[in-house]
Amino acid sequence: MELLLGVLAWPLAILGMIFLIAGAVGMTRLPDLYTRLHAASVTDTGGTLVIGLVLLLYAVFVYGSAMVAIKLLLIMGFTLFTAPTASHVLAKAALLSGLVPVDGKGEPLLESSEQATQLGRSRPDASSAVQEKR
Amino acid sequence: MLFSVIAIALLVAMLLTLVRALAGPTAFDRLLAVNSFGTKTVLLIAVAGFLMGRPEFLDIALSYALINFLGTVAVLKYFELPDPDSGHYAEDDY
Repeated sequence: MELLLGVLAWPLAILGMIFLIAGAVGMTRLPDLYTRLHAASVTDTGGTLVIGLVLLLYAVFVYGSAMVAIKLLLIMGFTLFTAPTASHVLAKAALLSGLVPVDGKGEPLLESSEQATQLGRSRPDASSAVQEKR
Repeated sequence: MLFSVIAIALLVAMLLTLVRALAGPTAFDRLLAVNSFGTKTVLLIAVAGFLMGRPEFLDIALSYALINFLGTVAVLKYFELPDPDSGHYAEDDY
């Protein structure tokens, strides 16, 4: 049992730690919000799932408690749904507020913040309704 | 041993996330950092529970995960719509 835990848990834990550190480094070093969002959301979801799997192994094989395993599965399942949702909401809010993506040299990738707002819309023709009303 | 190493890696990642939360030029950067910090806190609480041999900590981690998501979305709603009358947003954006 010890061998099984060592063989399974350590590689998973190292993978999870690589996810977490890579995501955090990406979040400090990448040039704009959208790239940081990409780095953070992917690694957060992946890291939580992989490290949750390590804890799940211990919950099943060491503690042998079904309740602990169920709670861990709840946390993992909840993160699997909420982390991408939160990232989507964040990106959409940033686009709607007119935050323009930039490339590595700080050059804007769109011409104006109106273009960013347009990209963030659920229906791209929605702004014409506003103009007609005015 | 295993859990201590994971906890240290989590703390390093949280420190880097905190740098972004303090430096981030826009409010969205700070929110992203806070959201990511919250996710890592959930993991840290769970790992700390196993580290101390008390898996009951998972209850706290679970409720923290719920609050973290709701908090992010609630604060974002605040930033997304600064002024409804400015004409910057269309009807469908709400």
